[in-house]
Amino acid sequence: MSVVEFRALTVRYGRAVAVAEFSFEVATGEWVGLIGPNGAGKSSLLRGAIGLVPAEGDVLVDGRSLTAMPRRQRSALVAYVPQIPTIPEDMTTHEYVLLGRTPYVSYFGSPTHADREIVLDVLDQLDLGGFADRRLGEMSGGERQRVVIARALAQDTPVLVLDEPTSALDIGHQQQAMELVARLRAERRLTVIAAMHDLTLASVYSDRLALLHDGELVAEGTPAEVLDPDTLAKYYGANVKVQIEADGTVVVIPRRGGGERPS
Amino acid sequence: MSDARVVALRRYGLAGLIFLVVIVAAVMIGPSGPPAWRVPLALLDRLPLVDISAGVSDSQWAVVWEIRMPRVILGALVGSMLAVAGASYQGVFRNPLVDPYLLGAAAGAGLGATIVLTVARSQTSTWPIDPVPTVAFIGAIVTVFATYAVGAAFGRTSSVTLVLAGIAVVSMVTAVQTFILQRHSDVVREVYSWILGRLHTATWGDVRLVAPYVVVSVIVLMLHRRHLDLLRVGEDEAQALGGSVAHVRLVVVTAATLGTAAVVSVSGLIGFVGVVVPHVVRMVTGSSYRSVIPLSVLYGGAFLVLADIPGRILTDPAETPIGVVTALLGGPFFIYVLRTRQIAT
Repeated sequence: MSVVEFRALTVRYGRAVAVAEFSFEVATGEWVGLIGPNGAGKSSLLRGAIGLVPAEGDVLVDGRSLTAMPRRQRSALVAYVPQIPTIPEDMTTHEYVLLGRTPYVSYFGSPTHADREIVLDVLDQLDLGGFADRRLGEMSGGERQRVVIARALAQDTPVLVLDEPTSALDIGHQQQAMELVARLRAERRLTVIAAMHDLTLASVYSDRLALLHDGELVAEGTPAEVLDPDTLAKYYGANVKVQIEADGTVVVIPRRGGGERPS
Repeated sequence: MSDARVVALRRYGLAGLIFLVVIVAAVMIGPSGPPAWRVPLALLDRLPLVDISAGVSDSQWAVVWEIRMPRVILGALVGSMLAVAGASYQGVFRNPLVDPYLLGAAAGAGLGATIVLTVARSQTSTWPIDPVPTVAFIGAIVTVFATYAVGAAFGRTSSVTLVLAGIAVVSMVTAVQTFILQRHSDVVREVYSWILGRLHTATWGDVRLVAPYVVVSVIVLMLHRRHLDLLRVGEDEAQALGGSVAHVRLVVVTAATLGTAAVVSVSGLIGFVGVVVPHVVRMVTGSSYRSVIPLSVLYGGAFLVLADIPGRILTDPAETPIGVVTALLGGPFFIYVLRTRQIAT
């Protein structure tokens, strides 16, 4: 339920510029897919936005500057699902999801009864109720992905940032995870910003796409506008056919004889 | 939830009981002194509002209270501190194999002791207070501080840069120590006996010296259990969840290092306790720091008091260095743990 505004966000690693003055506005409840070839700066952009790497410029959530606020306060506004979450194998699902309540627990405090109730609610919502005492090491990849999303949900933030959340999953689990995020987004009016690898999947779930290339925003708009064969050839070096279905879904189909890197 | 609380209470109750039983049993054992079975009675007799005629003479009681007790209590303090510091270091560095000496506390203490025992022994031998513990303590603190400074010079400190800095600093400090030792081969024996650890010279003075550090350190580490659990998801995610990673790391490492430096300065370098005890605790109760920290305190103390017993009865009065006993017990156990259990962080 929040507007997210990127203002000339720039991320540098030494001299190399990973993200160059990225400016973009995401409306309340909107799902923006962040796409671009490997190394385009998608992860750096998301990590810079939430302060995991130093960044210049600013990100505003409902007009409030993320870079200016303390980390705990920021974590109550934006939840982050990393590309490859660290899974402590010995931790139980309940303990893990409870970590999502960290922004609401004072330094020397411990989670309250209310925090635990929220966690149980989230687990129920995600059909993980029976897994509360299960160790993460005993769970499948798809179940773990749901647990990670559950943790982000326990954070109870208006904004959800996902970094290629499904790249390690098969197509069925990818779809389940995306459907889950879509459902929660609708129920909670979440603003979703997701870096996505699979262009067709990105087009199915995103309202708008932002295409990054060499750290710069080179195209934005609806999936049909951005996922154009010429654009994809130019920035991905891909030879694809783009097909628009009756329901508006944009399908990106690879063709033989492509794969030259753009200069 | 209440079930979990009962389980937790039972766990702490058992650990506390074992801790107490080991301490009492250790005080019962030893050359001279009263018959072993009279010792618990004599101890009870000293409690307020308890009056038992234990049949222990004053001179027998002096053996129990002035010779055995300080050694046992000091062993418990040292063991507790090393185990809890190990558990904390393992949490901060997300590596189950690191010990409290990782950032140079041991190497620095060793160098400090070496300097006093070699270069300055003749001047200091007449001092009323032995400067070795103090200088060892300073050496430990300075070395860990140097590691932190080197780590910070790499830029953004992460646990990896700190560990690398630790390796560099420790090898330099050890090199200096070796160099000094080589030029003073006459005291090599004395230095090594210091390094290998000993509790047999323990007095109530040592206990009073170390106890405040251990108590403060344990309290601080207990207060950071939740943060150590948060760190289990990695530095990035812990930060994204609102954790103050750098701050927690600094506070926990400082507390663990101060406590370690204090115990090392009186007991020498006792190995393996910091790795073995937290591991056993994890195997028994799971790896949440909520329970690993307090249980490491109790089992660490009990373990070291037990490990000290062979040294007290087998070769008395020649004494086996306790560091040798813990390593001899700890080494095979460590290999067993590595072989049988997947390493969990």
